[in-house]
Amino acid sequence: MTSSDNVRPAAVTARGWGWRHAGRSRPAVRGLDLDIQPGERVLLLGPSGAGKSTLLHALAGVLGDSDAGAHHEGVPDADDSDETGTLLIDGAPPRAQRGRAGLMQQDPETQVVLSRVGDDVAFGAENLAVPRADIWTRVGEALDDVGLARLPLDHPTSALSGGQKQRLALAGILAMRPGLLLLDEPTANLDPAGVLEVRDAVGRCLDKTGATLVVVEHRVGVWKDLVDRIVVLQPGSATDSAVLLDGPPDQVLAEARDMLVAAGVWVPGYVPATRARSGAALVGAAGVHGAGVNGAGAPAAAGVPGNGNLLLAAEHLAVSRERPSRRRFKAVPPVPVQSGITAQVRAGQALTITGPNGSGKSTFALTLAGLLRPVAGKVSATVDLSEGAGIDPYKWKAEQLIARIGTVFQEPEHQFVTGRVLDELMFGPRHLGHGEERVDELLERLRLTKLVDANPYTLSGGEKRRLSVATVLAAHPRVLILDEPTFGQDANTWAELASFLSELLDAGTAVVSVTHDQEFSDVLGGTELKLGAPELKFARQEPGLRDPEVAAP
Amino acid sequence: MRDALTLNANHALLTRANPLAKFAVVMLMTVVLALSIDWVSASVALAFELLLFPLAGLTVALLWQRGWPLILAAALGGWSTSILAPDTGRILLDVGIWSISEGSLELGLGFLLRGVAIALPAVLLMSCTDPTDLADALAQKARLPHRFVLGTLAAMRLVGLMAEEWQTIGMARRARGVGSHGSPVQRLRATLGQSFGLLVQAVRRASRLAVTMEARGFGGAQRTWARESTYSTLDVWVVLGGLLIAAAAVWAAVSAGTWNMVFLEQK
Repeated sequence: MTSSDNVRPAAVTARGWGWRHAGRSRPAVRGLDLDIQPGERVLLLGPSGAGKSTLLHALAGVLGDSDAGAHHEGVPDADDSDETGTLLIDGAPPRAQRGRAGLMQQDPETQVVLSRVGDDVAFGAENLAVPRADIWTRVGEALDDVGLARLPLDHPTSALSGGQKQRLALAGILAMRPGLLLLDEPTANLDPAGVLEVRDAVGRCLDKTGATLVVVEHRVGVWKDLVDRIVVLQPGSATDSAVLLDGPPDQVLAEARDMLVAAGVWVPGYVPATRARSGAALVGAAGVHGAGVNGAGAPAAAGVPGNGNLLLAAEHLAVSRERPSRRRFKAVPPVPVQSGITAQVRAGQALTITGPNGSGKSTFALTLAGLLRPVAGKVSATVDLSEGAGIDPYKWKAEQLIARIGTVFQEPEHQFVTGRVLDELMFGPRHLGHGEERVDELLERLRLTKLVDANPYTLSGGEKRRLSVATVLAAHPRVLILDEPTFGQDANTWAELASFLSELLDAGTAVVSVTHDQEFSDVLGGTELKLGAPELKFARQEPGLRDPEVAAP
Repeated sequence: MRDALTLNANHALLTRANPLAKFAVVMLMTVVLALSIDWVSASVALAFELLLFPLAGLTVALLWQRGWPLILAAALGGWSTSILAPDTGRILLDVGIWSISEGSLELGLGFLLRGVAIALPAVLLMSCTDPTDLADALAQKARLPHRFVLGTLAAMRLVGLMAEEWQTIGMARRARGVGSHGSPVQRLRATLGQSFGLLVQAVRRASRLAVTMEARGFGGAQRTWARESTYSTLDVWVVLGGLLIAAAAVWAAVSAGTWNMVFLEQK
């Protein structure tokens, strides 16, 4: 049996379709009229709140069916979800056709269900009651189609990179032989190499099966050449249709370029305007096995006094997230993920940390930030930065730390400590006993003024990112460390963030960022610290890990 | 932490036995050893269990790594029994209210050995059983509802992720100025806050995973199994071996006159 001859591409029809989530007053989608022909490849665009994800979930048949049985006849209830109009796949409701559509979501960790590669791919086919012998044929083919055929079937899924996890999820979907592929920002959490891996795997599979595709993604450039139609959605209303624009990619991009740019969509060939650094971007010294702390001279920056002063230095640093393990009552230091790192952080200068996945970029940044204990070597703060708190940032008290080194984590929600935006911003200053006056300025500058009473968890992705930067800056740190600050951000948030950081740098703050984003580091200037490929992590290697496919980032 | 859910390339003989057969033996050992506190039956069982280590691909270092809380608990239980049990026979040590006699030492030793002997089969089972295979056996052979079994299995994967997330949230909150020092009340509040953060993330992850599973057709009444859970002759040997060890332990204790049913009145 071959895979392609029994995939039947699906057609999608929406007529005046709308959906209101349980407990919400406003519908997420309203008045949607849309026809997608079998085999068409559609990129869905639109501002956040236009209901793109809701539409994909509905097509996947996973929208709020749990309370469908408890629905009271004819009694509208604000706590129940509410559907209007019709949304059909091949003329029938999606929920009645399990396996007809396959959905891939954003977070790679939750796209994996089981702990062995082969089992995970088989999961969907099992649920569709495919006979056992056919399942393993399908698993083999699906893994081959996504380029993971070199992994043994019992390879642990936890050992895969983000891009590999997403390709595994694609294989799991393909093994169900769906006529409709639904991708909800499938590459938002991936590094550039991972993005291309996944995009290319999707392209190959579509060419082979001819399935229909609906993909939601901000980065138009990645998908533009793979799709043959772009549909731009807008928050629907009683008078306006939910579809704002619809047509071939080039036509839609030409017609709506300005509107899409204004909405923060990453239109191909467009780099958002950002504030330029004043003066020359200064180059300090940094290198994995390179220059010593006092190696290169620190050029004095023009303007701000003290710019260029050394604040923080890493010497022959070895880093790991693991704590020392105890074996036979003796503390054994963990095997470092990266070692021999030497770097300097100077006032008013940017340091960008780059390198392949797994090379310990974030781990190094967290160690530099005084949040992880070095495995070997040391992180030392100069007197200029420590102001009497001691040389080792890891030993500082939390209050001492935040007033000196601020760290913005990749996931903003990890750093929320209160239930209200204003409290979130006041948290640092209140603990320190000063700096509350700066909060208003930050609110204004990062466009959070209207949101002061909102719950941080309910903000949009861009708002969460801006808030997390603002909260850390409210404590006035002289060193700001950011872990992948531009991941998954729309072009508007990106430009605001880059401009804001360039301003901070000129005012004398040191900015250290872990990033894959070349354009972003170009705006900030400064030094790049490139970490090498990961060191051998486990003494006890699983055989599969020697496979080049697995070792690749 | 996260690769605790696979066998880590353990290819020992017992990894190929059906998880249910191994589980049955563990239950049998637990029941038999719970019947009597005496050092003879426990030592015999323990000796056999140690012999089984290579068959399960377990080493003493691995055992300590995975089972040290159980072993420590057994040792503490044995020690406190030795000093607190009513004294019979010659007094060996007497320090104020604590005393160790021949009788209480024997009881304490029995307690310690029995604790270890009961704990070991469970550690053996875990070290040579892949949770996925256990789930297959529970759903296909023991006929437990597959929604429940597979849901639990998928959730177990998240538990490993949560352990990593806990560390990250702890650091993220320190970067916000939430300290892990201060008065006990402050520390308790910090831990509660961190737990709340973890809970929020856990719920988000769990609901996204649920959507993933549902979108892959999970939850229907009909389902096939890619991996068939089967019994083989190896399972017969596993069960027979378990019966043999249990019988040997009881026989040795009865012959030595130390068999001492805990639920019956003392002679």
